[in-house]
Amino acid sequence: MPDQLLYAMEAGLNGLMAGVMYSLVALGFVLIFKASGIFNYAQGVLALFAALTLVGFQEGQLPFAHLINTVFGTDLHHFGWRLPAIVAIALAAGVMVLLAIVIERYVLKHLVNQPPIILFMATIGMAYFLEGLGDIMWGADIKTLDVGLPQGINETVESVTGSLLGYGFFIDNLDIVASVVAALLVLTLTLFSQYSKQGRALRAVADDHQAALSVGISLRFIWVLVWSIAGFVALVAGIMWGSKSGVQFSLSLIALKALPVLMLGGFTSIPGAIVGGLIIGMGEKLFEFTVSSSWFGDIFGFTLGATENWFAYVLALLFLVFRPQGLFGERIIERV
Amino acid sequence: MKDTADTDTTPDGRKIGGVLMEMKNITLRFGGVKAITDISFDIRDGEIRAIIGPNGAGKSSMLNVISGFYVPQEGEVWFKGVRRGPMRPYQVARLGIARTFQNIALFDGMSVLDNIMTGRLTLMKSGVLSQALWWGPAEREETHHREKVEKIIDFLEIQNIRKTPVGRLPYGLKKRVELARALAAEPKLLLLDEPMAGMNVEEKEDMSRFILDVNDEFGTTIVLIEHDMGVVMDLSDRVVVMDYGKKIGDGTPDEVRNNPDVISAYLGVAHD
Repeated sequence: MPDQLLYAMEAGLNGLMAGVMYSLVALGFVLIFKASGIFNYAQGVLALFAALTLVGFQEGQLPFAHLINTVFGTDLHHFGWRLPAIVAIALAAGVMVLLAIVIERYVLKHLVNQPPIILFMATIGMAYFLEGLGDIMWGADIKTLDVGLPQGINETVESVTGSLLGYGFFIDNLDIVASVVAALLVLTLTLFSQYSKQGRALRAVADDHQAALSVGISLRFIWVLVWSIAGFVALVAGIMWGSKSGVQFSLSLIALKALPVLMLGGFTSIPGAIVGGLIIGMGEKLFEFTVSSSWFGDIFGFTLGATENWFAYVLALLFLVFRPQGLFGERIIERV
Repeated sequence: MKDTADTDTTPDGRKIGGVLMEMKNITLRFGGVKAITDISFDIRDGEIRAIIGPNGAGKSSMLNVISGFYVPQEGEVWFKGVRRGPMRPYQVARLGIARTFQNIALFDGMSVLDNIMTGRLTLMKSGVLSQALWWGPAEREETHHREKVEKIIDFLEIQNIRKTPVGRLPYGLKKRVELARALAAEPKLLLLDEPMAGMNVEEKEDMSRFILDVNDEFGTTIVLIEHDMGVVMDLSDRVVVMDYGKKIGDGTPDEVRNNPDVISAYLGVAHD
């Protein structure tokens, strides 16, 4: 096989893996949008907050340390223990459930029957609030997150492809783990929503509030459930992104990359979020690879760089023009 | 009902028991507008009770009070001999009171089967965790409820649309699916808000038959709002007549038919 093709394959494969990361964030959006029709702007911040909390627990950081020290003139930072990763993850998941309860109680409950735009704006408010809260609670410095996920290049892939194709592919171990986790997550969520009592209640609430009430579904319980699940997905996304590039506040910006993913996959489809993520991830890498290569320059007389910054958005724009409901989204048909 | 002392038998041989639900001096206001003014009536166990009246008489408001969608400013609601405090609609549903809506409120994106399955949510026991993990009990429960739902599907003769998304169904069938969902909850009291509105003669006949069968076979107490006087007179054991939010008549179809107030307010002059 020609070298260029092999390089392209490697780039594409890496793109797929990166796409999984986008999908993880997009998944959180889809869950809340499906269940409540709310576009949750805070999903990215939710992932950041989850990751911050996880690191905080793991390192035994004292929450609000800066605030406490300023007010009381003390100099406390850590409790002086390190929790095992699994305990810290369980605690962080608990915090996300707690957060869901607080959000339902103090925000959503008061906005019942409001138009979606009001709820959307409330989530923008929540995004800023959570970002500030994360800052005050755990500090603004970049933290490393290590929950024991394998790092570095996967040697098996490298040696197998090396002996088969004569060129070893560089694939990150972490990306492989992320793919497996994402697949499991989607499978679980799909089964839960299709076949369980609460899943059915969840879909019912998404469809018609009034009808849901009449069959005995408590809207408040369902909202707490949905936001807990979204918080849990955010935690998973936070772990993956945090392990990859450290827990930092720019993490909340990855939510922006989830937008084109959603436009591609459709806002209401869980498989759509995954496929959309994969297409964006792979498309980005392959496009970059193509337009920056020397043969592209030979043919067209110029090369492009840093296309990853805008490629996804242009692709999403094209989708908006030709297929606004996305690949898997429900087509809206008004019966008159 | 435990109270069998005042059991009656209807001409067609059905048993009517004691008082199942009692509305006492209900008044409902929206701001300054009185939708319901000081209305009292009772619903007896096993009967078919109709609420009739001209448009805007407050019939649907009354049904919404019974099902907990509206909370009246004054008056008491008694169910099974216990006074009901202010309740949310989902809590009322869990008491065994199911309903349908005037403008059909189904889950359009879900299949007929899934829609009817939601009706059984109040009867399902297993919690979030065991459902999420699909433990043995959760699976067995699902099978059990599925069987019950299949019976209702057979009963209402909608086998062939079982898997169809509800959004695609014609109006008459949607009404039937909504009834099926309400029945799936095995309600003690079934509230039907204009079950035959917008139907043709044939569909009306089918629906009438289903309502009578439900009452007869499951002993379900039914409260229905209906405009078609012929249907009301044929179906119901007793009728409440409302006009401008007030009760102007209450009794058997024959009594109501001959009530002069009712004739002038609702049935018009040329009634025979």
